[in-house]
Parts: sequence; structure tokens; C-alpha cells
Amino acid sequence: MTARIGVLCGRVRVEEKALFLALRRRGATYDRLDEEQVRLSIGGLAPAFDVVLDRSIHHGRSMYALTILNQAGVPTVNSGRVAQVCGDKILTSVALQAAGLPIPRTTVAFTREAALQAIEAMGYPVVLKPMVGSWGRLLAKINDRDAAEAVLEHKETLGSYQHGIFYIQEFVDKPQRDIRALVIEDRLVGAIYRRADHWITNTARGGDAHPCPPSPAIERLAVGAARAVGGGFLAVDLLEHKEGMLVNEVNYTPEFRGFSEATGIDVADQVVDYLEAVAAN
Amino acid sequence: MILALTNTGDVLFAEVIPMSTATSATCPECEAAVPLKGDVEKGEIVPCPDCGAELEVIEQDPITLRLAPAEEEDWGE
Amino acid sequence: MKIGVLCSRIRVEEKLLFEAFSRHGVAFSRIDDRELIFELEQPPPHFDVVLERCLHHSRALYSLRILNGWGIKTVNSYDVAMTCGDKINTTTALLSAGVPSPRTLIAFTPESAIEAIERVGYPVVLKPAIGSWGRLLAKISDREAAEALLEHKETLGSYQHAIFYVQEYVEKPGRDIRSFVVGDETICAIYRESAHWVTNTARGARARNCPVTPEIDRISRAAAAAVGGGVLAVDILERDGELLVGEVNYTMEFRNSIEVTGVDIPGRIVEYVLGVAGRAAPTPNRPESILA
Repeated sequence: MTARIGVLCGRVRVEEKALFLALRRRGATYDRLDEEQVRLSIGGLAPAFDVVLDRSIHHGRSMYALTILNQAGVPTVNSGRVAQVCGDKILTSVALQAAGLPIPRTTVAFTREAALQAIEAMGYPVVLKPMVGSWGRLLAKINDRDAAEAVLEHKETLGSYQHGIFYIQEFVDKPQRDIRALVIEDRLVGAIYRRADHWITNTARGGDAHPCPPSPAIERLAVGAARAVGGGFLAVDLLEHKEGMLVNEVNYTPEFRGFSEATGIDVADQVVDYLEAVAAN
Repeated sequence: MILALTNTGDVLFAEVIPMSTATSATCPECEAAVPLKGDVEKGEIVPCPDCGAELEVIEQDPITLRLAPAEEEDWGE
Repeated sequence: MKIGVLCSRIRVEEKLLFEAFSRHGVAFSRIDDRELIFELEQPPPHFDVVLERCLHHSRALYSLRILNGWGIKTVNSYDVAMTCGDKINTTTALLSAGVPSPRTLIAFTPESAIEAIERVGYPVVLKPAIGSWGRLLAKISDREAAEALLEHKETLGSYQHAIFYVQEYVEKPGRDIRSFVVGDETICAIYRESAHWVTNTARGARARNCPVTPEIDRISRAAAAAVGGGVLAVDILERDGELLVGEVNYTMEFRNSIEVTGVDIPGRIVEYVLGVAGRAAPTPNRPESILA
């Protein structure tokens, strides 16, 4: 196995350590690309990698590094295009909708007045989310008009212009959990429930991981969502609605510590398989 | 291994960092000894057992710690 | 007499004040906060008094500090601006003077702020410590709204927005009262009526005359004295027949209140300013107390 694998990262978490271990166990040739030191020349010579795995926790850095590497002819997991779509909730929702996948009712507005009208048309409670964001940050559950007015004003006044692009979604009354499915290309790796007392179920915010038996419906939605955003190694978050399941979002730098512990699946090893396959093409 | 890319995209240099044995380093905030496992990697986050600060391993030989940066707006999956 | 008027954009209020100065036959210099330069090591310019009419609280504050430090009398003084411009300072001054105020708690992290909020009980009002015109006021009726707003303030705002000012929500009778205190006299008052809980006229509330009852007069003068006195607008809330002071404004707006009350507010302000100019100069570095 002679593929040269690059791993773009800064912070090294349990996931990155597991990936490094898996790479070493497989005798892979890999190098770390330190995201704090990297200098990427647009149109410059391709760095000497057959594939680069992105493990940066900075969405901005990931998206631009991947895009520049792709342009230089270096395949990446995931691609710059996938990072762009998944990193932006509006683009993700549009892609999922275009692929015919069920998503929560979602409206976008550009002023407080229009957003307020959209919220009242949807009916309380609603959820406001930042266009760009992860780990459950800045999610707001809005139960009444006073809360809507206050949160909209704070976003518009205190935030960058991005916070004045309002992403409004119906609140899905889920059974105190959501489902996270890991997908590699067209294959479902597995799924977990993330349970929490709070309506925000991200493990970053304290949610607990439990194994979730992968049903055909979960497989269909997860693989379909991954394909809709461009495919790769992705985490698809699903919500259980009384009328079925909805795709909430897709994450392109999946964390999998809780997933591996709960399911016993060696995700890192499967990712290394995938990297070798990409490098071989 | 650590790489830097030149501004034309070529690999500039690579150096091999030896794995260290179980050891400790000094917390930059409160100067307590922070115990570290033998396979600690550059970029790992370790909490100081004394003052609770979140620390990042910025060098492996010798092990150097700094205060880990606080969560920024575009961090995540 | 040398009078200065420190201002930014000239609004209706400034024009009315300029007209009042003219009616008194008094010349004045406009000091534009966009153009002024304070040379701190130079000998101070001569003014008998400077009337402060800045839009920018921070510019007003520093200007007044420098002018008072030079021994120049100002309306209002730096101490008054410091106290009134920051709600935490205002509330502590009012409470020290025994002026009734809504229950207020301060916290510095979202976790401690949630505890403070739940101690008061929903609904509560969150306000930025520094701010005016009804901006960024939040009425919070449940924990989810509290969590969302505290996170937004802490994440998106400057450090100042993570100083959490939590106040009990006062159920007002569809209005509040703004009284105008010049020196030691409550010259007039208005009701600000609104269906919305925020009753600033800047947010659309309508002004109606409010007769200055002995109770309104007493609490207004007490509030003005508590913050150091001068030319002040006092916001008063009514709850079950009792009066509470919400905040005190030190660069008052009054364009909607002249006709409604029939009181020449700009004229009264100018008379007060001229009175201050005519008195003995204060000891340098100690702003003069108007109520000495």
C-alpha cells in the first residue's frame, strides 16, 4: 500500500488519534498537515498526496483548504464542494429538497419584519438557527412573539451580516432523541440515537449515544442525504416526526467517538479503507 | 511527521517526532504539573488538574502546553 | 458669558435649544463631537458652561470627564452621565438613595444568569447595561428563550453584552411615565402609551400629558437627586398604585412632549444652563454638585 495520505488538522481529538492509529496499523504512509502552518498557493503545484483527509474543526479553514487542494488535483475526503454545502444550512436544505428528501418546514428571510411574519405564519414554537454553525451553537427555540422579537433583534444587531440571514424552521417534537447515521459513499456504516433531556441533542451539548438498529428507512434517508450533498464520509442527522423521519442536517467532518463506543464499529478503520479506495482511483 | 508546503505547493521539509514516554508538563496558567500519557500528540487537548484550564500540546519534544483557544463561531463538524 | 453646546447631529431638540438661546439673546459655540480635538496637556479653553447634547454616550462621557477635569461646568456633569448612562450604576444609585426600583440582579455568565432569572421567576426583562432607545430589550417568558438570548449575547456581543442585567417584568397599565426634572423642579410629565411592553417613543409609543401629582413629583426629584441632579428625564413605572423608577436619562429627548404638556422644555433647560453659568466656578477636578 503506497498511497500517500495527508491529514489536515489542528486539534487532535480521540477521533484523530484513532485515525492515526488505524493508519499506522495498516502501514499507511501519512503526514499531518498542520492547519495553522499550511500555506496554500492557488494554482500552485499539487502537494505530494494521493488523498487528503480533512479533520479540521474550523469550517472556514476546511472549506477553503479542500477547495484549493481539489483545484490542484488532489482528491479530498470530503470535497470542497461537499464542505461548502454541508457547512451552510440553507444550501444543505436546498440540496436535500432538490433530491426529494423530507425536511422540516424551513423558511429564509432577510429582515426582522419579514422573519417575524414568517415565524407567525409557521406558528410557535419555531427554531432559529445560524446559517453557519455546529455543535448546537446559537440554536434558539422560540415559543412566543417576545422571544422572537428579542432573538431576531440580537442576531441582527450584534451579529455579522450572516446572522441577519434568518433560517427559520418548524420545531419538530422529537421523542427526546435524534438519530445520527454515518455514511461512506453509498453505504450506511451504522446509526446511533442521541438522547438528551434538552431539546438540543448534540453530544457536544451533553447528549448520550445509544445504538440504533439501522432500518431500511434510516438507510434510505441517510444514504440519500449523503448523495444529495455530494457524497463522501458524512454524518446525517435524522429527526423522528409523527409522520415519519426528516433529514435535519449533514455534517462533513464527523465526530464518531460516541458512535464507536455505542456501536462497537471501528469507524477509523473504515475511513482508512475509504481513503485507500479514493487514492487508488 | 510535520510538513510545510512552499508557496508553490511543494513539500518543503518533513521531520519525524519521536513518541515520548509517560511524562508531565507544566501548566502555563498555574504552573502545576500536568500528567501526560506516553502517546500524547501535538494538538491534543488536556485539562490542568489543578486550575482546570483547557491546555493544548503545541510541541512534543520537549512537551509544551499553551491555553487552548476558545470555541469560535465556525468550529464544528 | 461663554456657552458651549457639545453635539453630534443636530436634531429637533438641538434646534429648539438653539432657538431658546437666541430668544435669551445669548450667543453660544457649537462643539461638534465629530470634529473636536481635546489636547489634554494644553491649558483649558474658557467656557462658563457647556451643555452636552451628544448622540454618542461614550463621546459624551469622555468629553464631560475632560471638561470637568479642566474645571469647566457642564450640564450634565460627568458623574451624572456615568451614573445614568449605565443601568447598573443607575439602579445602584437609586437603591442607595431609597428610590423604589424594580427588582434587579446582575450576573456574568449564562449559567449564573439563568439562576438569577429563575430566582426572579418568569417573565423577566434582560437589558444591556449600556443602551438607549429601547434597543436590545428582551422580555423572556421561559427557559428556552432565556438560554437562547444569553447565548446570543455572550457569543455575538462585545464583552459588555455578557454583563447580564436581569430585571423583574413589571406589568404596566399599557403605559409608563416620563417626567422631566430641571434642577430641583419636576417641570412636566407625559404618559407613553403602547400596546407593546416597550414604551419608548422611539419604538412607537404615543405621548399624552401626565399631570405632575405630588407622588410623581416626589419620586422624580428623588431619582434626579440620587443620580446627581441636573437636566434629567425619569422613566417611571406604575404597578398597583405604586411608582417605581426604571431609568434616568441624561441627554433627554423632548420633541414629542412640548405640545403635549404645554411646557417650554427647551426654554426651561436653557434658563437652567444660564443659571449654572452664572454661578462660581467649581474647584478643578471636582465636578460641581448642582444641588449643593
